[in-house]
Amino acid sequence: MNGTVTTGDISSAMPSGATTATEKTVFDHIHSWLVTVDHKKLGLMYIIYGLVFFVVAGLEASLMRIQLAMPNNHFLSPQLFNQLFTMHGTTMVFLVGMPLIFGFANYLVPLMIGARDLAFPRLNAFGFWLSVCGGLLLYFSFIGGEGMAGAGSAPDVGWFAYAPLTGKAFSKGHSTDYWILGIMVGGFGSIATAANIITTILCMRCRGMTLAKMPLLAWLNLIMCGMVLLAVSPLTAAQIMLLLDRFLGSHFFDTQAGGSATLWMHFFWIFGHPEVYILIIPAFAFASEIIPVFSRKAIFGYPVMVAATVAIGFVSVSVWAHHMFTIGMTSTANTFFVISTMMVGIPTGIKIFNWLGTMWGGKLRFDTPMLFCIAFLFQFLIAGLTGIMLAAAPFNWQLNDSYFVVAHFHFTLVGGFVIMIFAALYYWFPKATGRLFSEKLGKWHFWLFVLGFHMTFDTMHIPGILGMPRRIYTYEAGRGWGVLNLVISMGVILQIAGILIFVFNLLRSARKGRPAGNDPWDAWTLEWSTSSPPPEYNFAEIPTVKSRRPLWDIKHPTDPDWKYE
Amino acid sequence: MKSFSLPIDPICCPDAKEVGTTASRNGARSNRTVRRASLPIYWLATFIVIQQSVLAAEKTDTALVPSIFAPESAPAHAISHLAGFVLVITAAIFVVVAGLLLYAVVRFRRRANDDGTEPAQVYGSGPVEAAWTTVPFLIVLVLTLTTARVIQEVQDARKPVEALDVQVIGHQWWWEIRYPKLGIVTANELHVPASQGRSRFPTFLDLRSADVVHSFWVPRLAGKTDLIPNKVNSMWIEPERPGLFVGQCAKYCGTQHAKMLLRVYVHTREDFDRWVEQQRKLAENDPTAAGGRLVFERTACINCHAVNGTVGNGRFGPDLTHLMSRTTLGSGALTNSPEGLRAWIKSPDRFKPGVLMPAMNLNHGDLDKLVAYLTTLK
Repeated sequence: MNGTVTTGDISSAMPSGATTATEKTVFDHIHSWLVTVDHKKLGLMYIIYGLVFFVVAGLEASLMRIQLAMPNNHFLSPQLFNQLFTMHGTTMVFLVGMPLIFGFANYLVPLMIGARDLAFPRLNAFGFWLSVCGGLLLYFSFIGGEGMAGAGSAPDVGWFAYAPLTGKAFSKGHSTDYWILGIMVGGFGSIATAANIITTILCMRCRGMTLAKMPLLAWLNLIMCGMVLLAVSPLTAAQIMLLLDRFLGSHFFDTQAGGSATLWMHFFWIFGHPEVYILIIPAFAFASEIIPVFSRKAIFGYPVMVAATVAIGFVSVSVWAHHMFTIGMTSTANTFFVISTMMVGIPTGIKIFNWLGTMWGGKLRFDTPMLFCIAFLFQFLIAGLTGIMLAAAPFNWQLNDSYFVVAHFHFTLVGGFVIMIFAALYYWFPKATGRLFSEKLGKWHFWLFVLGFHMTFDTMHIPGILGMPRRIYTYEAGRGWGVLNLVISMGVILQIAGILIFVFNLLRSARKGRPAGNDPWDAWTLEWSTSSPPPEYNFAEIPTVKSRRPLWDIKHPTDPDWKYE
Repeated sequence: MKSFSLPIDPICCPDAKEVGTTASRNGARSNRTVRRASLPIYWLATFIVIQQSVLAAEKTDTALVPSIFAPESAPAHAISHLAGFVLVITAAIFVVVAGLLLYAVVRFRRRANDDGTEPAQVYGSGPVEAAWTTVPFLIVLVLTLTTARVIQEVQDARKPVEALDVQVIGHQWWWEIRYPKLGIVTANELHVPASQGRSRFPTFLDLRSADVVHSFWVPRLAGKTDLIPNKVNSMWIEPERPGLFVGQCAKYCGTQHAKMLLRVYVHTREDFDRWVEQQRKLAENDPTAAGGRLVFERTACINCHAVNGTVGNGRFGPDLTHLMSRTTLGSGALTNSPEGLRAWIKSPDRFKPGVLMPAMNLNHGDLDKLVAYLTTLK
């Protein structure tokens, strides 16, 4: 056991994370964050960046829900409404989802594999600042979108920006150019960071940590980053083609000159579908770390969990055209994409069963992170089942581009992804700040948000079934959509209340929370062996591990895991 | 919240006559549905109860709710049956898995008298994993085969010789509708015959776009199909009873995507033939409205609009030859009436902000004359 860290000894053997702060001015602090190459600081900045844009995108959504609360409403103009849904979608995927997953990967992966930083710390900082530039560029369109002379205008082509609506003929001014450039710049950052994390996981694990002994979070982030490399490149390629169309007179997507509208769809969704798995796999990763700790059991079927995720990664690159069942593909092509899409259900089902298997026979503690995990399991189950409905191509001919689809992907991305981001924030908050959050406020946040979520998104399936298309700024009375839309909009109030409590809780607990100690959850992975917050070098001595749960081995020397794995 | 009342009601509810006919026919239909209900329709009962109570709260005419579970045409029926089957299976999965989750949460919660020891550590189980891999695999197999059958049934259906051919061309933000074999051009309101018993009259639609991607969706008649520039798509419908079925563009196509509404009028074969005969006539040339015709022919109206038999042959906007045979203006933005027409021509942007038709700034006299002329175009 020599060299293996034990709980507590590190923190007593070295000064706490912050170096002497006495003589530092505010300016020094800001400077230290701007020039940092520390994976923890960059991780936190990614997370804060994601949360800020989460609030922005939430406000955009709230405005749209006011507009749609009743038929024939005049709260927003059609032009503004179209900008809002474009910016909401683009923001949530590129400025909330991607920064948050990279933030957590940045912060956690080195700590969990016993490394002192990522493989390329400077590349890491470069990737982060590129993402920031991408976000600012996108939002600058509100000022500069019509060109420097005119008033600003944000992009209004929808987050998947179908051609030829993005062509010069239909999208004048520069708002679409901001959309292209903002995302492209962020995309380069994503590729840099993904390559960095892959290298780190493959080359910098501590002694004893074979691939088969990595925490599942590291495994799933490895797969996620591989998918980023595969998925972002086609999007960047398509965006370059679109730029050429818009500025240099090429005709890739210019249908008036013989270009192809479906070409863009294929390029976009060959990025877009893996992208949703890129977002949800880190959510799986958080669930795979948090559920075992609060069930007090090892993860059930570790090798199967890894295999299932690898399978999802592979299958996910062959399902893209299920977003395109209505474009008039042949019946053979449609059938192929039905089969491949339905196949995703198998590994995803296996994962849900394995989480249930982990809880089975355990002693469940319902602290806030675990509550979010249980809500995640429930909501992700529903999202998977509506996904099966959408995978049945003829059913999809009805549901595609309706509010049913909107409800479905909010179940995956809010009910799945955002909920697990909350779980992860509550779970690792004590590690990052050294303080405990208020459990009481956490539970208020949980119940308000989850109730509001279900009020909004359960209801949202029904107008889709009743024929309400997405992306309409208003609708006729007498279609049977009015009361339902009012209920959907009311749910937003509860969600906002939940978010306010969450923000208050984080800000207050970060300064006034009770000290957390190194290991407040009695957990088993390496990050809980170092101090909270961890020192800049993470571990005074690089740990050696013998099993997937090194801290379990230390806490139960008579019954260690490595005997059974 | 900014709100102003429009002088002309936007299309909120149909006129009284339509309500009467569709409602009574709706009653007859539901009897038939109950007889036909074999297996997957029972779950529908629950859905319909919720739907009806919501609609009752809104005082909605259910015949005009474009529900995908109130099919009235062959492809929509096939889809609705498949949907029922998929819903039964997914509901069963939901009950089992959510039940297991609920059981685990209740049964395995840490009790108040917990002794603080860790539970038995189980790392996995080969047979259990094999079981919950095999069962989803079988379910996926069944679902895939069923789906593939319906894809073929709808998509590869053979076109009978008596089928009606219609071209639908999407524009920002209206529908051009052409009957190439009948020589009819109209807009926004599709008229088709109903199949009656053994005499089948399906309509095959040829879908194209003049600008960006649109999508043709009338949920009670069929699933949606996109209208894509440089690509000709096709779909078919075969309504079983006369009536009005509403739908709208389902693919985001720019500023006024929301007001690109569609109305499909299904007639008996005899009524449809009468409609065809009326549409094939040349435009009315009422001498009392000659002044208005002059206004029409001497302003930019004719750059975009056509009226058969006049110098106006623009193709950018809807054909106006039989304008007054249509119920709505601006692709469903407002009701078609002399007052509506006047308000629309005066300022289209007020009813449909962003619409491509400009306000023509006619003086009052010319406007009156023009409206008088247009109202003769029956």
